[in-house]
Amino acid sequence: MKYLSALAATLFALVIWQGIVTLTGLPKFILPGPALVAETWWQNRWLIAEHAWITAVEVVIGLAFGTVLGVITALQLANSRAARVLVQPMLVFTQALPVFALAPLLTLWLGYGLWSKVAMAVLIIYFPITSSFFDGLMRTPPGYLDLARTMQASKRSVLWHIRIPAALPSLASGMRLAAVYAPIGAVIGEWVGSSQGLGYLMLLANGRAKTDLMFAAMLTLGVFSILLHMIVRRATAHMAGEAR
Amino acid sequence: MTLAPDLTISGSATIDGATLFAPLTLSLGAGAWTCLLGGSGVGKTTVLRLIAGLETGGTFSGKIMASDGLLVSDRVAYMAQDDLLLPWATVAQNISLGARLRGEKPDLDRRDRLIKRMRLQDHMTKKPSELSGGQRQRVALARTLMEDRPIVLLDEPFSALDARTRADMQDLAAEALAGRTVLLVTHDPGEAARLGQSIVVMTEHGLTHCEPPHAPAPRSVDDLATLETQGALLRLLREGAA
Repeated sequence: MKYLSALAATLFALVIWQGIVTLTGLPKFILPGPALVAETWWQNRWLIAEHAWITAVEVVIGLAFGTVLGVITALQLANSRAARVLVQPMLVFTQALPVFALAPLLTLWLGYGLWSKVAMAVLIIYFPITSSFFDGLMRTPPGYLDLARTMQASKRSVLWHIRIPAALPSLASGMRLAAVYAPIGAVIGEWVGSSQGLGYLMLLANGRAKTDLMFAAMLTLGVFSILLHMIVRRATAHMAGEAR
Repeated sequence: MTLAPDLTISGSATIDGATLFAPLTLSLGAGAWTCLLGGSGVGKTTVLRLIAGLETGGTFSGKIMASDGLLVSDRVAYMAQDDLLLPWATVAQNISLGARLRGEKPDLDRRDRLIKRMRLQDHMTKKPSELSGGQRQRVALARTLMEDRPIVLLDEPFSALDARTRADMQDLAAEALAGRTVLLVTHDPGEAARLGQSIVVMTEHGLTHCEPPHAPAPRSVDDLATLETQGALLRLLREGAA
């Protein structure tokens, strides 16, 4: 049923799209129709796949690093009042900076290659991961903590046996959010400076008025993001307590 | 289990200058059930939490002493209205939680005996969400017994159960916790009349000691003296509130 409704929505969107193209008669370098985009996609499938692979690698590495960093930060924040006082305002401040503005800087520091894009993805997902897991760690049901106290549990074992497991559903929702954000980060990085990746391909196609190729690359990115979200959703189902 | 001591708590508690409870002295007899009966907000849970060494949000001035002179708060087991079962852990893991939290090896034979005694053999590997309210409270009781402490603090553990399950749990708990110094905080006069070997009514004006029925606890639900005590307790509660 879920897949059926997704299919119906896709078909509906395609019909509207084709309808606009047919009715307005816009030239194809302004708005190519779905049929042309599909044809271009097929003709350029190897080119697109090559660039998609680069972006995918950036996103997956970024997701892994961002998650690990976010989890470590949240644990430190939850464990130490000093860390909360010192680090939390900084975290909020980094969120107030537009990530776009940092992209040129990252390219300057880390070069045109993979790592500036990974860093971009990490930056964009670090906050949602950290803040969702940290919130979960700070919102342990107080009854559990009372019980643990009467059992003479150490702070460390309360963290390990109670607070972390109780916070896993929050971490899972942070990771699901991150799966949607990470590709955005990687593509921003590619726009600012790169010679590979879907973001680069989109910019290149746009510059040469190959709007159909631009659309094909963009839709590929969209499909990739949805797939990634589904994979992360599935992978975190157990953490979120949706196993059964 | 070490020998169950007498317990005395005497003092008063305030929160932000307002009185949580006025000066009082409550004694718990060694190896006996004391029922502390009272309406909402009279501070009965605060008394229990103080004995357990838990955060009350207020300030307590007074003392909590055991007849053997040893520290009280590290010899208590605690059971609340919410069963506090960890939803991600199995029944068996929940029962042996205390040992795991202290980094000790749980006594598995003992755990299995308790599981049998609480009639939970068929549920060992289940998660709490798969159990009924009564079964969950039996797991919580098994976890409390697993701790094997001389002092047991029960904070309305049966109030969320239906009448039949509640009566069953009262019988089971009375039998299983015999010989320990038990404080049962409750708002149910019937529960206090069935289980108390000593019954204390707590109102805004302080504590009133009541004579428990003569029959040994747990008393039958239709025992006349028990029903009479239940009525007398309810009257005291209502007078105290007036």
